[in-house]
Amino acid sequence: MSSRTLPLLFINLGGEMLYILDQRLRAQNIPADKAKKVMNDIITTMFNKKFLEELFKPQELYSKKALRTVFDRLAHASIMRLNQASMDKLYDLMTMAFKYQVLLCPRPKDILLVSFNHMDAIKDFVKDTPSILRCSDFQLIRQTLLIFFQDMHIRVSIFLKDKVQNSNGRFGLPTSGPVPHGTQVPGLIRIFSCTGEEKTRLQFNNGGNYTSAIREGSFEIFGDRVTKLGTNMYSVSRPVETHMSGTSKSSAQHTKVNTAPNPLAKEELNMLARLMGGLEVQKAGSSDTAFRVNLFATDEEEEEALITRPDELSYGIINIQATKDQQVSAELTKIMGEFTDSGHQSPSSSSKGDDLLAMMDDL
Amino acid sequence: MFHKEKSIQIKNSASALYNNLSVLRIAPRRLTYFTVVHANVVNMVSASWDGLNYSHRQLQSKEPNVATSTSLIMQAAFCVLPSRELLVVTSQKGIQMYESDGSIMVYWHALDTPETPTAQAVFARGIAAVSENYVCVGVSSGAILVFDVPSKGSNITLSEVLEEHKESITDIAAECSGSQVLLAVANLVTVDDGGSLCVWKSGEEFQLLNKIAGLDISCSSVKLWKGTVVAGYGSGQIRIYEAVTGILQSEINAHARWIYSLDIAPFSGLLLSAAEDSFVRVWHLSVTPETNSVEVAHLHNECVTDTQICGAKFCDGDGYAFAVTGYDLSEIIRYTQT
Repeated sequence: MSSRTLPLLFINLGGEMLYILDQRLRAQNIPADKAKKVMNDIITTMFNKKFLEELFKPQELYSKKALRTVFDRLAHASIMRLNQASMDKLYDLMTMAFKYQVLLCPRPKDILLVSFNHMDAIKDFVKDTPSILRCSDFQLIRQTLLIFFQDMHIRVSIFLKDKVQNSNGRFGLPTSGPVPHGTQVPGLIRIFSCTGEEKTRLQFNNGGNYTSAIREGSFEIFGDRVTKLGTNMYSVSRPVETHMSGTSKSSAQHTKVNTAPNPLAKEELNMLARLMGGLEVQKAGSSDTAFRVNLFATDEEEEEALITRPDELSYGIINIQATKDQQVSAELTKIMGEFTDSGHQSPSSSSKGDDLLAMMDDL
Repeated sequence: MFHKEKSIQIKNSASALYNNLSVLRIAPRRLTYFTVVHANVVNMVSASWDGLNYSHRQLQSKEPNVATSTSLIMQAAFCVLPSRELLVVTSQKGIQMYESDGSIMVYWHALDTPETPTAQAVFARGIAAVSENYVCVGVSSGAILVFDVPSKGSNITLSEVLEEHKESITDIAAECSGSQVLLAVANLVTVDDGGSLCVWKSGEEFQLLNKIAGLDISCSSVKLWKGTVVAGYGSGQIRIYEAVTGILQSEINAHARWIYSLDIAPFSGLLLSAAEDSFVRVWHLSVTPETNSVEVAHLHNECVTDTQICGAKFCDGDGYAFAVTGYDLSEIIRYTQT
């Protein structure tokens, strides 16, 4: 599938994450200066040059687990702290929102407009913008993204209220409204003679209620994107809940990819370690500046959510200790050295990935 | 005209891929096979005609070596040749061919995948059986691989590589009317992501008969019937061309979103189109070769609520019944004529 999907996935999910965090920071009345610092720290980390360089290299999409780990780190790139349940909920909201946007994009290249909406909101720019991709490239990216989001049907209260999502967790696809730019309203059959003249014109009932395409959104750095997909749908007054119950039935049909031993694991871990080497993490020590953000209305709700989360919906985060910290890296190298010497772990190859994996299993 | 029947449940949901449903009718055993792709797995269901027995099987994409990443499947399709039937599965790593019940893999062809991923994706997509003994498969580079298939056994060989398309192949179709007269002329059409169409005549060396340039709108699905090319596009249009001359015979503003699947019932001329707009439409096509004219009539709409359809196929040559798959749906929806 498309090897250019990861940056788009990351930027859009990152954008949604910032919308949600911004809403929670305001809802919890976090002092303005602290809130601003949190947003700045996260945005700076997201657009860190080295990080982006890694991200923009053509590569396959990370697994759900791996991507979730990256966002865990990103969320903790500031003085803000999130409990497991809140982080789970944050990630649920981010992924379902972007899934909705990808699915409803009238044309595949509109994914770029959605990305611009997110980036406009972040008010920061990626210096090395990728070369403009063709329409069909975007369809492949879109198909790759849809495979990534397959079988996720977590219900989001704001979507349910707006009737964007049904009670079974599926998104509503309207059969009315403007057709995408470049498409004609369905209903016309034209027959031509062999000289190219139109011989016959027939109409048929399209079964929907479509109107002609409206103006195309701008693909420039600044401009009217026209589409609302990717704009901020949160506000302080609209608390956003997610619902797990009733989704377990569809989750049961999830392929058992996550539980089977994953041969990709060590390759992914190497990529992750490289990527995270560029992500600075605030020491979670200084209690005077650090504070916790709750995605739920009360602490009790948050605790409850962690306990009642269905197993098949848990994200299974990997804890990687790969930091830029000199002392820690020295430790790591020493430990890895010990492993290869004593032949402690499984008899397979002594590649770096295997060592990392074995080390984590022992942690 | 059509009413909904009981759906067939499948083990996984369908992925958003073009032409994501293949159907094989096995009259002697009163069975029909269906295949639906989910990420790196092909779900196969064998359904008895009396509706009482369903059996399931899953095929995985082949991992040539464990250290490399999982290979996503782009398409699975049945290939019917006079002497045998195969199930061909195309993925990011290569092409697998199985006996039609999915029991044994008889052939594997690896694609040239680079060590580190490049900006240009690598995969195989577009499958068709043509003439007595050929199976053609498209590649993301635009090449068409022609495989020579013996009447039995696994001695399948790569006979030729056709390099005409500049964009990724999206679909391939062989002449399905059964007319020997037409088969002697043009019997294969290949289409790509740029909307270009190539018409070929099969043989020891395939001959390019015609090339119709695309308008940079992807052609996602194509059929060839009675010397007529029926093509579905990302813009939601269906265009009908005379294969040999390339003359545009009809243009239909058929769907409000990207078309994902087309099918033709060769005995009746019924045409099926399905798109991301949730609609499946049934048309009637009639072709008069003597006057080089076609007639198209719209017959019926089915809306699969809140579903982006990714596969639609007739279950028989008359078009008496058809089946539909949709993204994120774990069922095959069926309709039969009233």
